Amino acid sequence: MVVRRNIAGIDSPEALEKALRGAYYLADEGIATAAYLALALGKPLLLEGAPGVGKTEAAKAIGAILGRRLIRLQCYEGIDASAALYEWNYPRQMLAIRQGGDETIDIYGETFLIERPMLAALRAPDSTVLLIDEIDRSDQEFEAFLLEFLSDFQISIPERGTVRAAERPVVVLTSNRTRDLHEALRRRCVYHWIAYPTAEREAKIVMMRASSVAEATARAVVAAVGKLRREPLSKAPGIAEAVDWAEAATLLNKGGARWPDAFKRSIGVALKDEEDLAFISPRLDALIAEAAA
Amino acid sequence: MNEEHQLPRAARIFITFVALLRANGFAVAPEQTTAFLEAVTLLGPRGPEDIRQAGLATLAPPPERRATYDMLFRIHFLGDEEIAGDRSDDEEIVRLQEEGRGDDSPPLADEANESGEMAVRAEALTERRFGPGGPSDALHRLAREAPTRLPRRRGHRRMRARRGPWADLRQTLRETVRNDGEVMRLVRLKRRSRPRKLLLLIDVSGSMKARSEENLRLAHTLLRATPNVEVFTFGTRLTRVTRALQLKRREQALAAAAHLVSDWDGGTRIGDALQAFLAVPRFGGYARGAAVVVLSDGLERGDLSALRDAVAKLSRRAWRLSWLTPLAAGAGFVPQTEALIAIRRFVDDMADGGSSVAVVAHMLSLRQRRAA
Repeated sequence: MVVRRNIAGIDSPEALEKALRGAYYLADEGIATAAYLALALGKPLLLEGAPGVGKTEAAKAIGAILGRRLIRLQCYEGIDASAALYEWNYPRQMLAIRQGGDETIDIYGETFLIERPMLAALRAPDSTVLLIDEIDRSDQEFEAFLLEFLSDFQISIPERGTVRAAERPVVVLTSNRTRDLHEALRRRCVYHWIAYPTAEREAKIVMMRASSVAEATARAVVAAVGKLRREPLSKAPGIAEAVDWAEAATLLNKGGARWPDAFKRSIGVALKDEEDLAFISPRLDALIAEAAA
Repeated sequence: MNEEHQLPRAARIFITFVALLRANGFAVAPEQTTAFLEAVTLLGPRGPEDIRQAGLATLAPPPERRATYDMLFRIHFLGDEEIAGDRSDDEEIVRLQEEGRGDDSPPLADEANESGEMAVRAEALTERRFGPGGPSDALHRLAREAPTRLPRRRGHRRMRARRGPWADLRQTLRETVRNDGEVMRLVRLKRRSRPRKLLLLIDVSGSMKARSEENLRLAHTLLRATPNVEVFTFGTRLTRVTRALQLKRREQALAAAAHLVSDWDGGTRIGDALQAFLAVPRFGGYARGAAVVVLSDGLERGDLSALRDAVAKLSRRAWRLSWLTPLAAGAGFVPQTEALIAIRRFVDDMADGGSSVAVVAHMLSLRQRRAA
């Protein structure tokens, strides 16, 4: 295995963290270390965490600091090779056969091949970052299919032969952990579990993402969101929700709403489940007052 | 990377750490060990924190065993004394909150509060050992018929079929080439069916004492026979035992589950247990579109309205909700207890759960019933 100590000028987790900050992503030590190791060891990076903790954002930021194009493959149940890897352009092939007459044509030529995300990343490993998003949504068949790709970075097209990456591509996988991933998949990756950030860090993230939000607002929102995460809700607010809530409350405030009221009226951007809202509403006033204090 | 080929003495401590992890039930592959060594080299290492982070990233301990990993790390590298009261799989056990949900009592699924150490004092938990059980006909029937007779749903993958809504263009084109460019027929595709998710919630409280062991046996058989099964036990706590029961040998699996479940034969707060189940998004998702089977007598010691709300919520998420209670043995069962009356209208089937034969018969009949 080739170990690259220095990737695009990044030679330590700290350097990576600094670069990520430049791409508007505040990474903690754990994720910076895991991402640096993934890049240096040439292994895929597997990020797991609750919805809305910034897994996809991390992948985007990594693409940005490396100056590479991000290719995103959204997983869903039943996703297969024709959606992830390549597909033949059947209508064109059919047309070519019909029009070809006596000429010989190669119907498995480049012109008939439709590139899908994984093949695209494999063919241009030095200028792309492949994001395989929400791998837990796909089924076991696809997970098994990924194993070969992630360990050898090669795929075989029966009609054309094997396509191999010239160098190891940068691959980021994310999972919401709605089901347990196969051990073999975890083993091939550098792994990181993204937890909710500390209140301090989250307030910084909110201010970085929503520039119109005042510091006091950001802190209040983060405190309130922290309390909400401790409640038995079916969908706890993530970082994205915290940012939205801070922005929405600021907007209402500028429109004339008073402070605690602005938070309360914009709760809909933080809690998006009717049952959760009903559960929390009797104590919402107290919760917001406490957070704003 | 010369030093790795020769394995200098300095590398020994890392190799032994991996061995220690393996001895404690972490699955670590040789390639992960290599990656760990490389990672440590890459990072310096400038201190123990670098080593810990490198291990987390490359050895990939599952998040719910993070606490155990950290403890082993401290013992191995920092020379800490062994810390008593380790209960692995912290995150798989949700301790139910005391009265007054939502005040400042410990948060759900928060590792810090579930070491189990404190709970031992408060709840007088017991562990149970199972004797070797003889094979029973009902379980044999379940193992044999589960793959074909459990509920299925339409999947998203396609398979070739005589008739179907889609054309298999790839295959059609191949045949066309073979026929000199003449399309003789369209190969058709239809959606393949796959096993529906099955969620088993087993009551292990005192009143279900006679049944809980049998029910776990049944769960083990079911897990072996078909994919997409999740099993939880509840009493004063909610425990996910799916992973423990996945062991192949039954005695071993039951012992592992028995070790994990610490609220045998205690009280029941079914409402709170189900609320807790629904409140962990990862768990709650298991119920979505699933055939949910609750094995419980519904003798609720807690708040009835909490039970009603939880069952209503569960029922909305589930494909079909069955409540199998030993009280329903015999035909013409009419619920008598307050709890069962309260939840009756949310439950699709309330049937006999008094014997394995009855439970198995109900499960295998689920496919004939429609979504509710």
